[in-house]
Amino acid sequence: MTPMVTDPQAPAAVVAADERRAERTDRIVGLIQRQGALAVLLVVVLVACAAFPNFRSFDNAAAAPPALIALGMTFVIITGGIDLSVGSLYVLGGVVAAYASQWGLLPAFLAPLLVCGLIGVLNGTLIAYVRMAPFIVTLASLLGARGLMRAISDEGSTTYLVQNDAFRSFGTGSFLGIGYPVWLVAAVFAVGMVLLSRTRFGHAVYAVGGSEDAAALMGIAVRRTKLCVYVLSGLLAGLAGAINAAKLGSGVTVLGTGMELDAIAAVVIGGTLLTGGAGSIGGTIAGVLLLGVIQNMINQVGNVPSSYQQVISGAFLAVVVVAQTYLTRLRRVT
Amino acid sequence: MTSESVATRPGIDLSRIKSWLPAYGVYVAIVLLVAYNLVFTPHFLAWSNLRIQLIQVAPVVIVALGMALVIGTEGIDLSVGSVMALAAALIPLYLGYGVFAAIGVSLLAGAVVGLINGVLVARVGLQPIVATLALFVGGRGLALVISGGQLKDVRNDDLIFLGSGDLLGLPMLVWIAAVLVLVIAFVVRRTVFGRRLLAIGGNRPATELAGVPVRRVLITVYVICSVLAAIAGLLAVARIQSSDASAVGLLIELSAITAVVVGGTPLTGGRVRVLGTVAGALLMQLVVATMIKHNLQPSTTEMVQAAIILIAVYAARERKSR
Repeated sequence: MTPMVTDPQAPAAVVAADERRAERTDRIVGLIQRQGALAVLLVVVLVACAAFPNFRSFDNAAAAPPALIALGMTFVIITGGIDLSVGSLYVLGGVVAAYASQWGLLPAFLAPLLVCGLIGVLNGTLIAYVRMAPFIVTLASLLGARGLMRAISDEGSTTYLVQNDAFRSFGTGSFLGIGYPVWLVAAVFAVGMVLLSRTRFGHAVYAVGGSEDAAALMGIAVRRTKLCVYVLSGLLAGLAGAINAAKLGSGVTVLGTGMELDAIAAVVIGGTLLTGGAGSIGGTIAGVLLLGVIQNMINQVGNVPSSYQQVISGAFLAVVVVAQTYLTRLRRVT
Repeated sequence: MTSESVATRPGIDLSRIKSWLPAYGVYVAIVLLVAYNLVFTPHFLAWSNLRIQLIQVAPVVIVALGMALVIGTEGIDLSVGSVMALAAALIPLYLGYGVFAAIGVSLLAGAVVGLINGVLVARVGLQPIVATLALFVGGRGLALVISGGQLKDVRNDDLIFLGSGDLLGLPMLVWIAAVLVLVIAFVVRRTVFGRRLLAIGGNRPATELAGVPVRRVLITVYVICSVLAAIAGLLAVARIQSSDASAVGLLIELSAITAVVVGGTPLTGGRVRVLGTVAGALLMQLVVATMIKHNLQPSTTEMVQAAIILIAVYAARERKSR
């Protein structure tokens, strides 16, 4: 019984100390959650540079289209939604871009943006205004967009070649040793970062993901915000497709399967919560690069079959999300 | 249900039709499609045609059954296609020990994947879509690693009988699918486990408070789903008499989810329509078959499938808001 009778001053001090400790845990956990992917990326890159002499010369433009798709996905996931149609839209965008390149450089960019943007409008309208589940709506447009792509490419048997030299040189050329696509992607990411963290729209995206009801009560245009993120996701997928078409010099019809899941994986690894309301574009960049670096490392090792990459990516994803869940729980408890 | 407004309004009652549509619309659609085919498609009723349709739909039905259970708990399982590939990749490896050993190993692999999914969802508390996404990505990779990325011929008479043999005039595949449908229907309707599963989908906190072992039930559901997918995988190997880990079960998760949703099972959980799921799979198969028979391109088929999914979910939405 003696320990029960203690100095009345002690509990207050203990509570204060506990609070301080809780605060510190909270901060550290938050830091790991937000910057964990970046830290792992740095470690992996350092190890890779040391282990593989050719590592630094890898094709950095390869990560450009997946990065754009993951950027759009970040916005969608922060609102608590999901967009499964981006893989199909990516392929569709590529085919449309290659087809439209016969009319010049500008149509080659605008046509895929228009087509994929319209499908994004359809997704967003059905999700935001008709209130259908994002998962199913975008699943349907995954099928629909693939059908459309096959319809305009004679059931996938016609591969349109890029007719415009300027468009093709955009895909293959480089400035200061870095390919044009990478510059474009970097610019788009910069705009995306400003959009998400410095504008009213960005704050609305977080608010909608945090609590739709609360956001509506605050006077945020919930439905318009949701519509916008799906349009944005569609546009970025179309742009990614156009960039890929420029790089390959043709509208390849057989790519893009499972692309949406890679994008989701990159976003999740980057620390964006699938429940919505939290996440960052910096994390997504780290997630995309991390998956790209893993793939590159496996290619460098040489005699390892590329299917190991899927195994490692899958395991990595599992570890990251499990860690995220425990970190979130730790934060909520304290 | 039949309120005054219903009684006073003469003729057809619209609101009643609306509540019927999501549940029974799929049967109406099948009847309409069959009627159309009887009139416009030559040789539709030929046994060889019906037989092919049934054989083709069997794997989707088997996978969709498991998916229906998972969706009934308000979850989703994206890893079923990878489980099929994994099961398919393991078959030729263990066929040397006899056909039962091979089947046993591939079913075991399915159970292990289901266990991982279930633990991630129920114990760790991950969202089902992420938990199963990890195995969707990793599972097929593992299958490719196991098979060395090669297509392997399977020449085992027992296994080939499973895939292309007949019993009492019906293909074995169809018998297996039918038995599984009956078993799952029984489990959902007549067992404690089925009740608990639906309760979890309906309201998980309340179910927990009611003393139901929620985690155990959830894990079991994911294991059942993966084992069913493994069965579909080994049947696919038996039918095509070769094991190709890169092709088996590709995109079947989409077909299965489609069948479940079109069959009237709401994605919000709490309700499982087993026969509706079978009907959903049959409907999608019939749509594809009809379009092929009438020389429509696969691209058109895909767009029509997309439209059907949207219509089915739109119809189901009415009921949810009530």
